[in-house]
Amino acid sequence: MATYQLNVNGQSKEVSVDPSTPLLWVLREELKMTGTKYGCGISACGACTVHVAGIATRSCVVPVSMIGDRPIVTIEGVGQDPVGQVVQNAWIEKDVVQCGYCQSGQIMSAVALLKATSKPTETNIEESMGGNLCRCATYVRIREAIKSASQQLT
Amino acid sequence: MLASQRLLGRVVLFALVVAVTLVAMLARGAAKFGEAKTSAVDTKVAEGLAAWQQVYSVLTSPRCINCHTATNYPQQGDDRHRHFANIIRGAEGKGVPALNCVSCHQESNADSTGVPGGSNWHLAPLSMRWQDMNDQPLSSAAVCRAVTDRSRNENMDGRALLKHHEQAALVLWAWSPGRRPDGTMRTLPPLTHAEFVEATRRWVEAGTPCPKPR
Repeated sequence: MATYQLNVNGQSKEVSVDPSTPLLWVLREELKMTGTKYGCGISACGACTVHVAGIATRSCVVPVSMIGDRPIVTIEGVGQDPVGQVVQNAWIEKDVVQCGYCQSGQIMSAVALLKATSKPTETNIEESMGGNLCRCATYVRIREAIKSASQQLT
Repeated sequence: MLASQRLLGRVVLFALVVAVTLVAMLARGAAKFGEAKTSAVDTKVAEGLAAWQQVYSVLTSPRCINCHTATNYPQQGDDRHRHFANIIRGAEGKGVPALNCVSCHQESNADSTGVPGGSNWHLAPLSMRWQDMNDQPLSSAAVCRAVTDRSRNENMDGRALLKHHEQAALVLWAWSPGRRPDGTMRTLPPLTHAEFVEATRRWVEAGTPCPKPR
């Protein structure tokens, strides 16, 4: 066991866990922030995506010992960010969600994309969102929401 | 008069024979010297080419060549399959927004989850591709040309190449690649790092010779 001071959504959080514990389980089990989802556990589906120092990160494969002092933003905090707020509103506007399980990861990836590229092309969207799987196949509405958010941001 | 003419003829003939003999001896000596010089150069080049083949055996091992693709994706595993999860090369070889290499690959290996890591994890530039578009390794001659072409290798001369092989973080990673997700150790290149550096040194000292294309 080791103790870590984490910066999560702008707040300092202390956790005492095994250093090899994936960030996902620290968020969900230790901090009870269950908005970030467990999907595949091998970084193949994107459901666990959070931002670490602004980089979309697959929290299921990153041990907490590797986070250091880098700030973490989760789905619970991304709405505090102007881009995150626009994306979440676009998700509501386009009624993207079906079962919703993957959507927190989808939104976190979409925010990362739009922060890097405010006017993404179809190819940009396809490539950047290609690692986020949705078993309900809401992909068409996800694209529409990203384009809508892009229009509002530019 | 006749006797003196005969004498003169004999002297001239003798002088001619001596001259021809001397020229022949000098020519033979020069040829031998040239042969010796050529032989030394040939030996050095041959040794350099043999050393390069050792270097090539490492460069084309999965730990190295999986990130020296010609395609828009990296590979993984000893069978060099396409990286899962739709990973894309991206403009700078570091993935694309929301799907960067560092979305998973941290500064060091994560043995508990089986994800390899190292400083600034990224793909080699396309100028340093060592495979064709069918994911087959290029020939020894083609890889050697790429590695030694300063317009393609970030302007590295032989000394810089040696330093790269000795010290570059992602090169060193190949000899400490960590555990796979199933907990087993990843396989290593066919030479130790020390052997690899020594082979590179011998190749560089021989003038970085490259095999002739077939």
